[in-house]
Amino acid sequence: MAEKKPSVWTSIRFWRRSAAWVTGFATILLIWLTFDTMGQIRMGTDEELAKGIKRRIPAPTVINYKIGYKYDEKRGLEAPVIGPEKQPLFGKELSPKEARALLHLGKLTVQAKNCMDCHTLLGNGAYYAPDLTKAWLDPMWEKTMPAMTGKKTKEEAMVAFLMHPERYPTHARMMPNLGITEQEAKGIVAFLKHMSSIDTNGFPRGFSKTIKEYETGGTYAK
Amino acid sequence: MLNKTAHLSPSKQLAMNYFRVAIVLFGAQLLMGLIAGLQFLYPSFLYGIFDFNVARMIHINALVVWMLYAMIGSVYLMLPDETGIEHPVAIGLGKLAFWVLTLAVTVVVLVFIFIQVGPGKESSIWFINEGREYLEAPRWADIGIVVVVLIFYANVFFTYMKGKKTGIMTVLVADLMALAGLYLAGMFFTDNISMDQYWWWWVIHLWVEATWEVFVGALAAYGLIRVINAKREVVEMWLWIEVLMLFGSGILGLGHHYFWIGTPEYWWEIGALFSALEPVPLVAMFVHVLYDWGKEQGQTQAQGGRTAIKNGPAMAWISVNAFGNFLGAGVWGFFHTLPQVNIYTHGSQFTAAHGHLAFFGAYATILIGMMYLGIQDSYGVKRMKATFNSKMAIFLITFGVLGMTVALTIAGYEQVLVERAELGAGWQAFFTAQNLPWYIQAQTWREIMGVVTFIGFVYLLIDLLTIGKKEAAQA
Repeated sequence: MAEKKPSVWTSIRFWRRSAAWVTGFATILLIWLTFDTMGQIRMGTDEELAKGIKRRIPAPTVINYKIGYKYDEKRGLEAPVIGPEKQPLFGKELSPKEARALLHLGKLTVQAKNCMDCHTLLGNGAYYAPDLTKAWLDPMWEKTMPAMTGKKTKEEAMVAFLMHPERYPTHARMMPNLGITEQEAKGIVAFLKHMSSIDTNGFPRGFSKTIKEYETGGTYAK
Repeated sequence: MLNKTAHLSPSKQLAMNYFRVAIVLFGAQLLMGLIAGLQFLYPSFLYGIFDFNVARMIHINALVVWMLYAMIGSVYLMLPDETGIEHPVAIGLGKLAFWVLTLAVTVVVLVFIFIQVGPGKESSIWFINEGREYLEAPRWADIGIVVVVLIFYANVFFTYMKGKKTGIMTVLVADLMALAGLYLAGMFFTDNISMDQYWWWWVIHLWVEATWEVFVGALAAYGLIRVINAKREVVEMWLWIEVLMLFGSGILGLGHHYFWIGTPEYWWEIGALFSALEPVPLVAMFVHVLYDWGKEQGQTQAQGGRTAIKNGPAMAWISVNAFGNFLGAGVWGFFHTLPQVNIYTHGSQFTAAHGHLAFFGAYATILIGMMYLGIQDSYGVKRMKATFNSKMAIFLITFGVLGMTVALTIAGYEQVLVERAELGAGWQAFFTAQNLPWYIQAQTWREIMGVVTFIGFVYLLIDLLTIGKKEAAQA
């Protein structure tokens, strides 16, 4: 009986080797998938946009287009609809270079003002204030906020609000004044419009219902 | 916890320094949480002076930093015991790194408190606030952290190479390298928010759901050997099985953060499958702790002894860790990890509920346990028994965090059903849910349970400061 070998299941060497193999395999798979994802989430180009080639993350010049969010029967989820009609931000169509610069300013400002520790972006951040993934498409910006800020368009209303949120309270929980300048506010608007064009696999679900209700005179129409 | 460390090895003295700063930052984390929680109920509280974003930023950063401090402390604590070397090769540099890091953390916190946010320029990212949840520390501090961590790692690595190479140390040395390297993935700027979050999750997820978990496995292994005299062969075999399961599920479990950030749809299946497996090792870790405890206790009694436990409070915290890790990270994580559920729950109070119980259960608990081991060494106490304060601390903190988690889960249900499912997640939908009476009730309970947690912390602080002296006097 003394000859009997101990079971492999109680061998440290077996488990150490298995751990190394499994970890190595998982890591290699993750790196491979990362390469694939990198290709799919790089920002698109202006040419692709003009030709109507769909990218998950469109070029910064997407801010020159009208953006919608509709239920896609085939995918079974909501997806952004870009163009084909144009809807330039602040009434002026931007060149690829200008659009990129404005988006850059917006992203920098969003980080420097620490938006993410109240709001969520693509669902990540803090849960004290509304998710901003599709904020550009929020029906509140159609009539309510332009009326409150005394501006004609939603982008102008957004700029006015971002510069002085304390002047336009909608609820007891208010956004504080973060010292955002007019140019920075325009950058943020470009960032938000760009973010609303990202294909997020249907998150937030049901947001298109909110838009539709507004358009048909439902809950959000005032 | 103070002054009694002169006879300790230099490595353990340094460990105690790290623990001291960690416990202060833990207190800061709780205070900031109380402020932020109160702002949910009274939005005008400190409005325009110390806004929610500031309180919340310091709340989560103090959390991460105190845990990193306690983790480094734990490594310096076990280094002499595991390697048999009392003087890590570059202990002088290690001490210097401690002071540099502490100075840097102080400056960062002061800037967060008094400057808060900056203009939309690169200089803000470099000197004020990087504005990416958990990684808000400005870039200069990032670089400083990397340098300090390199010094720490060099100390661990070369001491390991020189001394005994136990299984625990082998796991730790490999794990720490991955942990430190991953931080680099969070140190760049991009205009592409999807790309930004892709790499941001490499740091956050591969820390808390992979490398930190393995780290905890190594700490538990060390703790069990020290506290209940568990057999090294058994503990180290378990550790390798845990590494296998934790990395096997956790690395690709990263996919559950890639459902909705612009990344391709195949992450649904990968993320769902592997993150659903993540609780498995946590069950195993729990079983392992109870099994070893029962075994050693039985043997002790058979030999006529009364208890196998040589450090009561440490064992209590290790046990809470074993169960809390499974409950907070495992069960509460699984609640909302499948894309079919997560499309509604993503970015809601559900996430906050999971976050509170998981960070506490998986990390805070065992790190507090390590502090008790450090105190035992400092005062040379052979058998450290839990005092009244230790019991109050563990009871109130655990009860408080569980209470907060339940309250936030209820708030999460309310939010998900009303804001997401019923109203479709817009601006008004958000506030309609936030203003529901049941939601407000849940947030009220969260704050009450936060206060309970804080009272528990006060007991903990008193206990850490006094238990060593008390028990040394009795012995």
